[in-house]
Amino acid sequence: MAALRRARTLAGLLPFAVYVAAGLGAPAVAIAIGAFQSSANGRFTLSNIKDAVHGVYLHGFETTLLVSVITAIVPGIVGFLVAYAIFTAKRGALLRRAVITASGVFANFGGVPLAFLFIATLGTTGLATGWLTAIGLNPSTHGFNLYTTSGIVVVYMYFQIPLMVLVILPALEGLRPAWREAANNLGAGAWQYWRYVGGPVMLPSFLGCVLLLFGSAFSSYATAEALTSGSVPLTAIQIGSFLNGNVLAGQQNVGKALGFGMIVIIAVVMACYAVLQRRSARWLR
Amino acid sequence: MAAVIGDEITEDVAPGPTRRANAGWRRLPVWRWVILAVVGAFFIIPLVAAVRFTGFSSFPAVFHQVGFSAAFELSVKLAFITTVATLVLMLPTVVYVHLRLPKLRRLMEGITILPIVIPPVVLIIGVLEVAPGFLKATPYLLALEYVVLAMPFAYRAFDAGLRALELQTLVEASQSLGAGWGTTMWRVLLPNLRSSLLSATVLTVALVLGEFTMASLDLYQTFPVWIVNFDQTSGPISVAASLLALVVTWIFLLAISTIGGRSRRGGGAEVSLFSVSRRVPPR
Repeated sequence: MAALRRARTLAGLLPFAVYVAAGLGAPAVAIAIGAFQSSANGRFTLSNIKDAVHGVYLHGFETTLLVSVITAIVPGIVGFLVAYAIFTAKRGALLRRAVITASGVFANFGGVPLAFLFIATLGTTGLATGWLTAIGLNPSTHGFNLYTTSGIVVVYMYFQIPLMVLVILPALEGLRPAWREAANNLGAGAWQYWRYVGGPVMLPSFLGCVLLLFGSAFSSYATAEALTSGSVPLTAIQIGSFLNGNVLAGQQNVGKALGFGMIVIIAVVMACYAVLQRRSARWLR
Repeated sequence: MAAVIGDEITEDVAPGPTRRANAGWRRLPVWRWVILAVVGAFFIIPLVAAVRFTGFSSFPAVFHQVGFSAAFELSVKLAFITTVATLVLMLPTVVYVHLRLPKLRRLMEGITILPIVIPPVVLIIGVLEVAPGFLKATPYLLALEYVVLAMPFAYRAFDAGLRALELQTLVEASQSLGAGWGTTMWRVLLPNLRSSLLSATVLTVALVLGEFTMASLDLYQTFPVWIVNFDQTSGPISVAASLLALVVTWIFLLAISTIGGRSRRGGGAEVSLFSVSRRVPPR
C-alpha cells in the first residue's frame, strides 16, 4: 500500500524523467556504447579507446588539458582579486554593480563574436598589435600567435575571469565581518587574518571555483573553432571534425570514444567540485 | 493578496547577507584600483578595437545581408520554443519536488547539473545517433536539446525562488480558500515567482541566441552560425554583427538585473548556475 502511494507520488516526476532520459540519457548511452563498438561491424572492441589515447588524439587531450589548466588557474587568481576588490566596495555602489553586470555579460560571451573581437585586437592588423609593435614588442616575434594555443589561452581569459568573479562572489560574501573584527581584537594583522582565518575558510570555495573554470574551458568548442578554424588540436575540435565528416571511413566511433573520454574527465572534476562545495558549505551559509 | 502574503513572509525569513558595508570606496587601497584598471583595460581594448575595425557604417549593413533575416528568424523561433518548453517542463516539476518530494532535491540538483558535465560537442554526437529521422530533418530538434542545456539554469532559478517562499503555507492557504491546483499555480505561485521566471527566461533566451556548437554541427544556420559562415565574405560586417550580438546579450542581462533588483524579494534575482552556494539556510 505504502509502496503504491510512493509510486503515485513519484509519477509526478514522469514528464521530467522521460524528457531527461530521451534528451540526455539516450544520447549519453549511445556515446558510451559506441565508444566500445567497432565502426565496421558493431562488435565489441577496445580499439576505439586505444586510438583515442594514442597519437594525434592523445596530443589533443594533452593540449586541451594544458589550455584548461592554465585558463583555470590564471583567471582564477585574477578573478579572485577583482572580486575581492569590489567586495570591499560599498554594497550597491556603482562600481560593484557595474562589475557584476559586466561580468554577467562577459561570462556569457563566447564563441564566434569573441573570436572576432580578438582578431580585431591581436590579429596581424589588430589595434593592440599595432601598439605593441610601436613600442618594440611585436607579439608575433615574441612567440605569440592568436591562431594557436597561446592565442586560445588569451582569448579564453575573456570569459573565464568574469566567470570566476561571478562564482567566487557568493563565497566572499560568506566571510563574516565579525571574524575579521574578532581577529583584530585578538591582535591579528591582515597577514595573520588571511593565514589563519580567511584563507582556510576560502580555500575550498576557491579550489571549487577553479575546478569549475577548468570544466568550462575543457568543454569549450565554439571559440576555438571560430578562432583557429579547427587547426589547433583540441579534443572538442577533433570531435567536431568527426561530425563534419573530415575523417577516414571506418573511424566514426573513435569520435565517440573521444567524447566518452571527455565525459569521464569532466565527471571526475565535477565530483571533486561537489566534495569541495560540501566542505565550504560548512562555513559559508 | 497572495503576492502580498508572499512578500511579507519572505522578508522575514530571507534576510540579506550579514556583511556590513563598513569599507567604503574611499578606503580602497591603491592596489585594488590598479587591478581593476588593468583587468578593465583587458576587457575594454578589444571592444574599442572591434568598433574601430568595423566603423559605424557597417552596423546598418548587417541587417541587409543575405541570410541575415532567415538566420535571425530561426534563432528567435528556437529561443521562443525552447523557453516555453523549458518553463512548462521545469516549473511544475520543481514545485512538485519542493512540495511532495523534498528529499529528492539533492538528486534533482545532481541530475540537472549533468548537461554541464556532458559538453555540447559530445552531446550532439549522441543526439544525432539516437534521434528519429523525422526530428533530425527539422531544426526543432535543436530546440528540444536546448531545453536540456537550459535545464541547469532553469532548475536553479526556480529552486532559489521557491526556497525563499513558504511554499507549503501558501499552497495550503490557497487550497483552504477553495482554489484548485490550476488556480494555485497561476494566481499564487506564479506572481510570487516572477523574478525566478524572468531570470530563467532570460538565461534561456541568451543561451539559445548564442549557441553555436550544436547548431553548427547539426548543420542549421542559426544566427551565430550565420555570423561565422558569413565571415568568409566580409570581415567588418561580421565584427559588426558580433558586436550587435554582444549588445543584445547585455540588454537582456541588464533587464534581469534591473527588474530583479527592483523586486529583490523573489529570491531569484542574481541567479546563475552557482547561486546554489548562497542559498537561504534550510528551515
